Amino acid sequence: MSLAFNHSSDEPKSDVVLAARNIAKSFGNTHALKSVNFDVYHGQVTTLFGENGAGKSTLMKVLSGVIAPTSGDIILDGSPVLFNNANEARANGISIIHQELSLAPNMNVRDNIFMGREIISNGSVDFAEEERQTRELMAGLEEDIDPLTMVEELRLGQQQIIEIARAISQKSRILIMDEPTSALSATEVEVLFKVIHDLTSKGVSIVYISHHLEEALLITDHAVVLRDGTMTAYAPRKDIDLEWIVRNMVGENFDLGSPPEGYQFGDVALKIDDLVISDPNGADFNVVDKLSLEVKAGEIVCVYGLMGAGRSEFMECVAGRLNAQSGTILLGNEDISKLTIAERINVGLALVPEDRQKDGLVQTMSVGQNLSLASISDFTKKLFTSINSENSLVRQSIKAVTVKTSSADAAIGSLSGGNQQKVVIGKMLATNPRVLLLDEPSRGIDIGAKAEVFKLLSERAKDGLAVIYSTSEVAECLSIAHRIIVMHKGQISAEFDSTVSKEKIMAASGESVAH
Amino acid sequence: MSTTAQNKSADNSPAKPKKLDIGRLLLEGRAFFALIAIIIFFSVMSPYYFTVNNFLIMSSHVAIFGLLALGMLLVILNGGIDLSVGSTLGLCGVFAGFLIQGVNIELLGITFYPSLWVVVVLTCALGAAVGCVNGILIAHFKVPAFVATLGTMYVARGIALLITNGLTYNKLDGKPELGNTGFEWLGFNRLAGIPISVIVLIIVALICGLVLSRTAFGRWLYASGGNESAANLSGVPVIRVKVVVYMISGICAALAGLVLASQLTSAGPTAGTTYELTAIAAVVIGGAALTGGRGTVRGTILGALVIGYLSDGLVIIGVSAYWQTVFTGTVIVLAVLLNSLQYSSKRNGR
Repeated sequence: MSLAFNHSSDEPKSDVVLAARNIAKSFGNTHALKSVNFDVYHGQVTTLFGENGAGKSTLMKVLSGVIAPTSGDIILDGSPVLFNNANEARANGISIIHQELSLAPNMNVRDNIFMGREIISNGSVDFAEEERQTRELMAGLEEDIDPLTMVEELRLGQQQIIEIARAISQKSRILIMDEPTSALSATEVEVLFKVIHDLTSKGVSIVYISHHLEEALLITDHAVVLRDGTMTAYAPRKDIDLEWIVRNMVGENFDLGSPPEGYQFGDVALKIDDLVISDPNGADFNVVDKLSLEVKAGEIVCVYGLMGAGRSEFMECVAGRLNAQSGTILLGNEDISKLTIAERINVGLALVPEDRQKDGLVQTMSVGQNLSLASISDFTKKLFTSINSENSLVRQSIKAVTVKTSSADAAIGSLSGGNQQKVVIGKMLATNPRVLLLDEPSRGIDIGAKAEVFKLLSERAKDGLAVIYSTSEVAECLSIAHRIIVMHKGQISAEFDSTVSKEKIMAASGESVAH
Repeated sequence: MSTTAQNKSADNSPAKPKKLDIGRLLLEGRAFFALIAIIIFFSVMSPYYFTVNNFLIMSSHVAIFGLLALGMLLVILNGGIDLSVGSTLGLCGVFAGFLIQGVNIELLGITFYPSLWVVVVLTCALGAAVGCVNGILIAHFKVPAFVATLGTMYVARGIALLITNGLTYNKLDGKPELGNTGFEWLGFNRLAGIPISVIVLIIVALICGLVLSRTAFGRWLYASGGNESAANLSGVPVIRVKVVVYMISGICAALAGLVLASQLTSAGPTAGTTYELTAIAAVVIGGAALTGGRGTVRGTILGALVIGYLSDGLVIIGVSAYWQTVFTGTVIVLAVLLNSLQYSSKRNGR
C-alpha cells in the first residue's frame, strides 16, 4: 500500500488527476473495501487486477459516484470532492462503463447513446444531429451499426460497443471501463484498444478492469492489484509481468489447501451422455453441445470456463431447471432426465445456484427457514410440520456448515455474503444428496469463507458425496479438484488431473492467448 | 394460537437494538393500536358504539370482508393479487340462490331442489373453479395476476347477471315441504350469542393460520412469495402452490357470498362490487407486503376489523357517506406508508 504513496510522491503532482485515499466501503457486515489508495494518471491507462469479490467493481462505483464510500476521500485535481450520484461525477468529467449493460433494449442505438443528454434545438430534439454524431461514433469504433437499430436486435458484443460509444460521446476526462471486453470478439477488442490509445493521446485517463490478464497488459501503463478489499500491490507497466499479477492477485501465503486424499472413489454416481441444451433465450445454437461426463462417488470435479462457456446452463439442466434437447442423465442407475427439480432432490441430486440472491435465498425468511426449505418433507409428520424436528435439523445444518449467525431466527440479510452462501450450501446438503452441483459458489465471498467451503466439501467427498464445482478461477480448481474439466463454447475442450499448471487450464478455455 | 411464533419469525426480524423497541412495537403493532384508537374514539363519540350488541353486529359485517381478506392474504403472500373475489362472491351468491329456487331440468320434466348442504358444497366448488381458472392462467400460461383476475372479475360478474337476467333472487328461506329451509341460519342465527358468520370467520382464520405456520404448504407459500426462483430450485412445487392459492381464495369468496346472501335472504348479481378492494386494503393494513412473502393471518383479521369498525363507527356518529370514503382511503394510504417504513428500516438495518 505504501508503494502507491511513494510512487505518487516521485511523480509531479499534477500528473495524478484522480486519487482515492483510504477508501473503505461496508455493506452491513461485509467489508467490500478496506482502506484503498489508488491513483489515476493524466492520459494514461491504469488497470485494476483482482479476483471476483476483490472489490474492483465496488471501488469503481465509488470513484464514479454510484455509491458513497463509508469512509475516505476522493481527490480530483488535488482537492477533495464528494459525489452524491453518478450525474455529479459525470459533470466533473468522470464516466463509467458498467460490467452489466445499462441500455434500454426497447430503444434504438441513437436514443440510447443520447439518453438523458438529448440535443435540443428550437425546443425539440434534434434527431438528425444525434444520428449524425452516432454515425461518427460508430465509424470511430469501426462498427457497422445503423443508429436506428433497436438495441435488443444487437448481439451482446455490439451492445457493449454501444455502451462504450455512449461513454466516449460524453467526452469525459476520466473514463472507467469495468470489463468492457467480456463479450467482444478479438477484432472488436483490437479496435477498442485503438480507441483507447486515441483517447489517451488526447489526454483522457482510463481506468481499466479485466479478467483477461494478458489482454490488459497490452494496453496498461500502471497496474494496481486488489485482494479482499485491500490494495496489495502497485507498479508501473515496465516493472511487471503476468506472473507478478497472478502472484499478487491470488496471494502467495494463503493456501486454499489441496484436494482431499487417502480414500478410494466409489461407483459412478452421475453419468451424463451426449447432453445437448439449446439456447434458453431462443437463439439458434446450442449452449451445451454433446457433453458427456462421469463423476464417481467421493470425487470432486471442477468445471472451469469463461463466462458464456455453458457451465451454468449445464448445471441448471442437470438440476432440472432447463430442459435438455437430447441426452441422458443417470444418477446411479436411474434415468433422471425426465424428473422435476423436486424429484431430483428426492433421489439425491442438488444444485447450489450461481446467483445466491436471485436463486438461492428467500430474503423474507429467517436463516433457519432458509436452511430447512429444501427438506420440509423430512420434518412433516402426516399433515403438520414438527417444530422440534425442524429446529434440530436447522441446528445440525448451522453446525455442519459453520454459519455464523446470532440465532436461527435472524433475518437472512443480516449475514455476511460468505455466511449467506453457506446457508445455501447447507440447505442443499440437508437434503442428503449423493451428487452436489455448485455453480460458482465462491463468487463474492472472502478467502476465509472460501477455505471453509472447501474444507466442508472435502469432508463430504470423503463420506462419498460426488461434487461438481463450476468456477472461473484457476486457483480454485487446483486446490479442490481431483479432476478438472475445461468447458469452451458448450463442449469439453480439455480434461486434466490436479497436477496440471494454471497456464494449461487457461489456454484450454480460450482465455489467455494474447493477440 | 400456537402458530403466532412461526408467523412472527416470517414477518418480523428479531428484536435488535433496545432503543428502537417502543418505536418498533408501535410500528409493528400498528393495526392493533389503530383498532384500539378507533374503538376509543367512537365510544367517546357515541353511547351506542361500545355495546356488546353493536360489536356483534359490526363483527358480522366484518365477517364478509374478513373471509375475502383471508383468501386475498394467501394470494398476496404468494406475490399475486386477486381482483375477482368481489365478482366471485356475487356469482356464488346468485348460484346459491339459483339452486335454492330449484333447478328445473326440462329434459326430465322435474324441478330439483337440492338440500342446503348440497347448495353449500356446490357453491364452494364453483368458487374453487373460478379460482382454478385464475390459477391456471397465472401459473401455467404466465398471464400477469392483475390482468388474469381482472378478466375473471368481468366474466364472473357477467355470468351472474346472465343467470338472473339482472334480477335478484328473493326469499331464500326455502320451503319446509322441500326440505331446503334454514338458509338464513348462516346470516342470522347465533351460537352462544355469537353470530354464525363470525364463527365461520374464526374457523377459517384458524385453519389459515394453521396452514401457514404448521404445514409444508404454508412454508411453500411464504417461500415462493419471497423468492419464487429460489423456492423452485429448492424443490417447492411453485406452480401447484399458485393454483391452489387462487382456488382457496375462490372458496373464501364463495363462503363470503353465502354469508352475504343469507344475511340479506336475497342474492343479487351485483353483490360484492368493489369488495375486492376492501379485502386488499384489509390485508395491507394488516402489514402484508404486496411484493409477497410477508404477512400474517392475525394482521389481516386486525386489518379487516379496522376497516369494518371504522366505517360502521362513522355511520353510527352520522358522518356522511362521502366522508366515510375519504377516511377509509386515508387509512389505507397511511397503512401502506407505514408498511414501506417498516420494510425499508429493515433493509437499512442490515
